[in-house]
Amino acid sequence: MLKIDDIHVYRGRTHVLKGVSLHVQQGEIVSLIGGNGAGKTTILRTISGLLRPSRGKIFLKTSKTSGETDISRVPAETITGLGVTHCPEGRGIFSQLSVKENLMIGAYLRKDKEGIADDYARVCALFPILGSRSRQTGGSLSGGEQEMLAVGRALMSRPELLTLDEPSLGLGPIIVDNLFSVLAEINRQGVTLLLVEQNAIKALKLSHRTYVLETGRMALSGLSAALIDNEKVKKAYLGGT
Amino acid sequence: MSGGYIAQQIVNGLILGSMYALVAIGFSMIYGIIRLINFAHGEIIMIGAFLTLGLLQKLQLPFPVAAPLVLIAGAVVGIIIEKGAFRPMRGAPQVTGFIASLGVSIMLQNLGILLLTAQPRNFTFPDYLQSVVQIGLVSFRTIDGVIMASALVLMGGLLFLVHKTRLGMAMRATAENIDVARLMGININRTIMATFAIGSALAAIAGLMWGGKFGQIDPLLGFVPGLKSFVAAVIGGVGSIPGAILGGYILGLSEVLFVGLLPPIYSAFRDAFVFSTLILILLVLPNGILGKKMEDRA
Repeated sequence: MLKIDDIHVYRGRTHVLKGVSLHVQQGEIVSLIGGNGAGKTTILRTISGLLRPSRGKIFLKTSKTSGETDISRVPAETITGLGVTHCPEGRGIFSQLSVKENLMIGAYLRKDKEGIADDYARVCALFPILGSRSRQTGGSLSGGEQEMLAVGRALMSRPELLTLDEPSLGLGPIIVDNLFSVLAEINRQGVTLLLVEQNAIKALKLSHRTYVLETGRMALSGLSAALIDNEKVKKAYLGGT
Repeated sequence: MSGGYIAQQIVNGLILGSMYALVAIGFSMIYGIIRLINFAHGEIIMIGAFLTLGLLQKLQLPFPVAAPLVLIAGAVVGIIIEKGAFRPMRGAPQVTGFIASLGVSIMLQNLGILLLTAQPRNFTFPDYLQSVVQIGLVSFRTIDGVIMASALVLMGGLLFLVHKTRLGMAMRATAENIDVARLMGININRTIMATFAIGSALAAIAGLMWGGKFGQIDPLLGFVPGLKSFVAAVIGGVGSIPGAILGGYILGLSEVLFVGLLPPIYSAFRDAFVFSTLILILLVLPNGILGKKMEDRA
């Protein structure tokens, strides 16, 4: 579904990604872990078109692309229409817009009124709190509710691939458990997930496969179930000895 | 000082306030969406005034035809300015855009003098718009009534557009966070262009009103009302459309009442009064009356 081939990305003069490759198969949950400043966010922002790689290609194949297409030069506002939706770091809720407007703007490019109404009902079923607060402003929600809103908004675009940047950031453990079980449910409903996480243990448990990124290069990759017992991963990311 | 005199002054203040409000809306919307203090915005008033003059007196078009044309032409001018002067500056520090807007302002003023000469021109509306209406204690010309009523209609239409339409939602989202707006599939170039078009259309109509109200126009007429409308936008809370409307009326009313109610000797200080009002309000309410704290954004 997604194949990143040796991309290099600069932010200002800093060479953040120094030749990164990864792939995501349809139906998978893939997680991307690594320390601060490793370049995890940069990878997701490059996929979503907010950043452009100076070298390398990103191939996408969804029902909305004609075969396998290079999206490394496609601007952000077009990517959503190709079936890839990015849930940004810090959630990016529109705090002045109502909860309902925040959800509806997720469906900005869609024209199918009935499908949008269906998806709205589906999101409200997944996150009942959003339905009951639909008229409040996005900024009035708590951190956990805002994360649900961000995920709900992304679902409103009916993505085939959903990329999430640190959904657990700043949330309490119960809310994180809740959120991750919803993410698993979303995946069961057919959405492919690419997840960036600080919370490595959670990410390894949720995902099928995991990539470990270290200062702009892939250090390790493999089945999450195998990596969770890997000594190096344990030592660096799971707080084990 | 009779009740009738005060009522008359209030009506005069509302007329002036209508124009300030229409211009302030554009200031506020443009600042809200790209954090640009657009000093060229006042010049659109001048362009609107001269366009009206040309359409009414040179081409002899009837007023109901000319007014919508001024609205459309104002939008086109706004789009040209955005594309020509501000889009290339996108992403540059805030002060760069500010300087660019000063440049556009001076350029448009001088272009006006070059093409139209600095000589003030008389601005006359057809007789049926000049006839005086007497309602109770106050009297005003039909054109003044048209100014007040059409300002309200335009502002109502704008609030509907911003809060109830897809474009309005895109504009509000872009004003809050350009990157996330793009992730939603919003074409921000088109949204920013629409914001300039709408703001400039309203300023051009304010120019039509300005000519109708004062009867004389010249190529430098936009600067001071532009500055005052900026003050109105700041008083109301820059970025907030209801704030700009409120600020416009507060400024128009207080300016007219200041001149009308105090001894004539002070009337030369009206502009000093306007800016003192700004300072006082900002001392108490640093974000303006309806404004929220806004982060700077390059």
